[in-house]
Amino acid sequence: MSTPHELPAPTPLIAPHSAEFWAATCEERFLVGHCHACDQWFWPPTRSFCPRCGGAASLREAAGTGTIYSYTIVRVSGAIALGGEAYKDAVPYVLAYVELTEGPTMLTNIVGVDPDGVTIGLQVRVEFSRTGGSQDPALPRFRPA
Amino acid sequence: MAGRAYIAGAFEHPGRYLPEVSLAQLHAEVALGALADAGLALADVDGFLSTPDAPGFGLITLADYLGLDRLVYTDTTETGGSAYLAHVGHAAMAIQVGLCSVVLVTMAGKFSSGLPMPSAYHEAPELGFEIPFGTSIVPEYALAARRHMYEFGTTAAQLAEVKVAASMHARHNPNALLRKAVTVEQVLDSPMIADPLHKLDCCINTDGGGALVVVSEDVARSLDRHCIAIRGHATAIKGSFGGRNDLTNTASVQSGARAYEMAGVGPRDIDYVGLYDSFTITVLEQLEDLGFCEKGKGGPFVESGALRSPDGSLPTNSDGGGLCNNHPGARGGMPKMIEAVRQLRAEATPEVQVRDCRIAMVNGIGGSIGTRMGSGTLVLGSEAV
Repeated sequence: MSTPHELPAPTPLIAPHSAEFWAATCEERFLVGHCHACDQWFWPPTRSFCPRCGGAASLREAAGTGTIYSYTIVRVSGAIALGGEAYKDAVPYVLAYVELTEGPTMLTNIVGVDPDGVTIGLQVRVEFSRTGGSQDPALPRFRPA
Repeated sequence: MAGRAYIAGAFEHPGRYLPEVSLAQLHAEVALGALADAGLALADVDGFLSTPDAPGFGLITLADYLGLDRLVYTDTTETGGSAYLAHVGHAAMAIQVGLCSVVLVTMAGKFSSGLPMPSAYHEAPELGFEIPFGTSIVPEYALAARRHMYEFGTTAAQLAEVKVAASMHARHNPNALLRKAVTVEQVLDSPMIADPLHKLDCCINTDGGGALVVVSEDVARSLDRHCIAIRGHATAIKGSFGGRNDLTNTASVQSGARAYEMAGVGPRDIDYVGLYDSFTITVLEQLEDLGFCEKGKGGPFVESGALRSPDGSLPTNSDGGGLCNNHPGARGGMPKMIEAVRQLRAEATPEVQVRDCRIAMVNGIGGSIGTRMGSGTLVLGSEAV
C-alpha cells in the first residue's frame, strides 16, 4: 500500500508559444491545441500550426476528461537530472499518459488515488495543482472521475 | 556509383571506468584501434562522423586533434545511441557517390564525468509540458512496458529473460562490466525503479567507446582484413506528432522495413542480431518491429530462449549488450555494430560464436520510446568483396 500524498508542483518553463496555455491555468481553464482547417486536436499546445495539416491552429477549451492510456509508479526518482529536483523526495508517484476525450494523449500525473489502484482505462478528470499563488500557473493533473 | 561499402575495421574500448582519460583521448584511442584493425592509418581517412557530444566545436576540434587533414566529408547526425548506425549508413552513401573512400566513425562517452545536454535542450518546445510532472528516462520506458503488458499480456518474467540471456553471454566477455549470470527471479527481486521496470531491466552506464572504419569496394579489395558488406541501412524518427501516442510500436518499424528492402533479405535470413538494449522492453519491441516475431508475441519469443547465443533461434547481443557489457556515455549503438562485425568475421568469443554467421542485423533506438525517438537499422553481410 502506498499512501497518497501531495505531489510537488514545480513551476513549468513558460516559453512564448505556451504563455497563453499557462495563463489560462491560473483560472483553471484547460486549453488544448486545435486546428481550424482539419478540426483535429493536438498536444502539447505549443504550436501556432497544426502538426497534421499545417493549417492555422489556436487554443480551445477542452472537456478536461479522459482515460488512462498507460501509467507507471515511479519508485526511484531520476527526474533530477532533467530539472525535476522537486521530485527528489516525491516517490512513489504516478506518471501517466491520459488520452483526452478530444483525442490527443498527454503526459501528466494521476493524483487523489492510491498509486496501486491506478489502472489503464480508468476514467479521469483534470484538476489544477497551483505552483504558487492565484496568479501563478497551475499544473493540469488528473484524478479518477 | 562506386559499388558497395564495407566495414574494414572495428574496435571496442576495453575500459569501462575511465575518469582519467579525456574525451578527446578516448576518441583517439578508438579511432587508432579501428584503423589498426583495418590495416589503415589516420592519413588514409577522408571522411569522419561522430555525434555532437564530441569535444569541441562540431567535428572541427577532433579532426584537428586527430590530424585528419584530408577530410572531404563530415557528419554529426544525432539520434542518441542509434546515431552511429545512421553514421555507417551515411558513410556508405558518401562512399557510393564517390565522395570519399575511408570513413572513420567514432563514439566515446564518459558517464563518470556526467553527460552533456544538447546545447539547445532548454529550447525544446515540450519541456514545460513534461518536466513539471517528474518524467525521466526510466519511467518513460516503463510507460511503454506497461502498455505492452496491457495490450498483449506480456509478463515481467518474459522481460526478465532478455536480461538473463545477456548475462549468460557476458560470462564469456572478459571486458564486460557485469559477468555474473542472473536468473529471472533475481531480475524480479531487484528494486523496482518505475513499475514494471526493475533495476535489472535497465542497462548499465559506463565510460568507453568504439569506432568503425567504412571503406569503398576498391579499398576493401586491397586490404588483408575480412571486410563486412553494408547491405542495407535506414533511419526513422517517430514521436507522438501532436499527441498520437502509440507506445507499443517504435520507429524501427519504418527503418527496419527499409533496411530489409535495400538488402533484399527478410527476418528469416538473419543469423545474428544486435539490438540496443537500453531496457528489456526496448529489445522486446524491436524484435517485433523488425519482424522476428508477430507484434505482441515478443514475450513468448524471448521466453523460448531465442536470444541465447549460439543455440537460440535468434542469437542476440552475444557480448552481453548494454544490460551487462557496456553502455558508454549512455549511447549503446556502437558496441552492437562491433559485436555484429565480430560474429560475421567468426571472431566472437568461441562460447557465443554463431555457426556459419552470414547475415546480421543491427538496430538501435535513441531518445525515448515513451516520447520521441530516432531509429537506425543496418543489414550486414560476411560475403567476400
